[in-house]
Amino acid sequence: MLIKCPWCGDRALQEFSYQGDATVARPPEPADPADANWDDEWYQFVYLRDDPKGWHDEVWHHIQGCRKHFKARRHTVTHVIADTAPMSEELKGGDK
Amino acid sequence: MKKYSVFSLARNALDYHENWTEAWRSPEPKPEYDVIIVGGGGHGLATAYYLAKEHGITNVAVIEKGWLGGGNVARNTTIVRSNYQLEGNAFFYEKGMDLWRSMSQDLNYNVMFSSRGVINLAHNDAQVDAFQRRGNTMRLNGIDAEWLTVAEIKKRAPLLNTENMRYPVYGGLCQPKGGTARHDAVAWGYARAADDRGVDMIQNCEVTGMRIENGKILGVETTKGFIGAKKVGVAVAGHSSQVFQMAGMRLPMETHVLQAMVSEPIKPALDTVITSGAAHCYISQSDKGEMVFGGDIDFYNSYAQRGNYPIIEHVVTAMCELFPAFSRLRLMRTWGGVMDMSMDGTPIIDKTPIDSLYINAGWCYGGFKATPASGWCFAHTIAQDQPHDLNSAFRLNRFETGHTLDEKGVGSTPNMH
Ligand SMILES: Cc1cc2nc3c(=O)[nH]c(=O)nc-3n(C[C@H](O)[C@H](O)[C@H](O)COP(=O)(O)OP(=O)(O)OC[C@H]3O[C@@H](n4cnc5c(N)ncnc54)[C@H](O)[C@@H]3O)c2cc1C
Ligand SMILES: [Zn+2]
Repeated sequence: MLIKCPWCGDRALQEFSYQGDATVARPPEPADPADANWDDEWYQFVYLRDDPKGWHDEVWHHIQGCRKHFKARRHTVTHVIADTAPMSEELKGGDK
Repeated sequence: MKKYSVFSLARNALDYHENWTEAWRSPEPKPEYDVIIVGGGGHGLATAYYLAKEHGITNVAVIEKGWLGGGNVARNTTIVRSNYQLEGNAFFYEKGMDLWRSMSQDLNYNVMFSSRGVINLAHNDAQVDAFQRRGNTMRLNGIDAEWLTVAEIKKRAPLLNTENMRYPVYGGLCQPKGGTARHDAVAWGYARAADDRGVDMIQNCEVTGMRIENGKILGVETTKGFIGAKKVGVAVAGHSSQVFQMAGMRLPMETHVLQAMVSEPIKPALDTVITSGAAHCYISQSDKGEMVFGGDIDFYNSYAQRGNYPIIEHVVTAMCELFPAFSRLRLMRTWGGVMDMSMDGTPIIDKTPIDSLYINAGWCYGGFKATPASGWCFAHTIAQDQPHDLNSAFRLNRFETGHTLDEKGVGSTPNMH
């Protein structure tokens, strides 16, 4: 599997470390810290995953290269990577 | 069911083994069952068997999208052990060891369970301490464990390299009653014995939806149409996230691919199971003579029953370091299976928020050894509508309540368990 680091281009899988689902987001702090919903949001953030069979937006770390984190849209059955992008940009492609 | 015995073997030899009956029927699904089990892997089949045997519930169907034993139950490296430290795990897996020992007689099917011992190698002082502590915990729990010196390990596995390597072997923790079993025989044995008690095996039938009304499940939509059920138990291993999505549930789980491989067969060379957590490799020899070995998952989410070459290279390198003599062997096959990696490395056997829908999932790399105990406990949970003591720590809501069971202590990183 070759992965295209947005900064370094196509590199071998061994150079990268997988960091998991890119769609889950740390819950913002509520006005009232005792808000019970906040517990539930944290539970969902830490533990629950869509785990799709198909296109998956995920975080990779070019740990043996430029050491930057970035996002990839990869298919979990074919392993085809439709797009990679810096963390601050949107992913395109796939049929997502 | 025709009983398998030395007499039936002799009788069938007379007509050249042409008149053996099929091991199980292949009926069309009935409109409704008392219990439907989704997934014809080891866990689903064992559940159906124990529902019939222990709870007298025989109006049961096992619904499998492919063929019985096409999933992980026949893709694993067959290591059976119960060397756990946390209480919630230890007694569950030890129940499994009891069932393994009597399984061939109980099912009238030779599952070739072999208590050849499982040895975990320690490669540094910290591992020696941790393994000895584990061994002590096991013994306090009444589970067999034995510390082996390097000389003792050498005696058990003369071909093992212990010194001439980057991280020499310092000793090892052995569970003498652990070992291996023939994986597909386990699936076939449970299927045949469950069929004999009236369970229907419905193969080539994929569950595509769940009919749920007023918070209660009424049956499943399948490629052979709707099949009604009073209760539905799901044991689909690597497809748990997908099937529970049909019930509107998100699980604390990710699906990852784990690879394994076998060498060409050779004469008996290794009569125990050697594992090295540090080198990421476990190895045993099959009864056919192949060296069977595997290592880590591929680390990224995957539903493909195949992985990438870097992991194969990594596992082979570790294997050759441990057993330099095997470096001359040709690799015959590699394959992968999709694993239900839970967020704390521990399985879930429980009820769900949906009435009469039950979950059996999250087995990570280690669900083969759990097959009998998992089926036994899941059958109890379904029949009694509540978990048994032995699976009372495997609750679905433990992540929400903070009662995770993290044997390795690595947190919610499913690819690290
Ligand atoms: C390479 C490898 C090595 C392993 N080594 C070991 C080991 O040494 N020791 C150990 O204890 N464990 C090991 N395991 C883990 C063990 O194999 C699994 O945890 C265990 O087999 C999972 O339970 P199962 O047998 O019921 O799964 P499976 O056999 O995968 O059964 C699940 C079944 O559900 C079916 N299914 C899925 N979706 C649907 C649907 N929608 N409708 C109908 N049916 C469906 C599938 O087709 C499949 O047959 C290993 C696994 C792998 C892949
Ligand atoms: Zn880079």
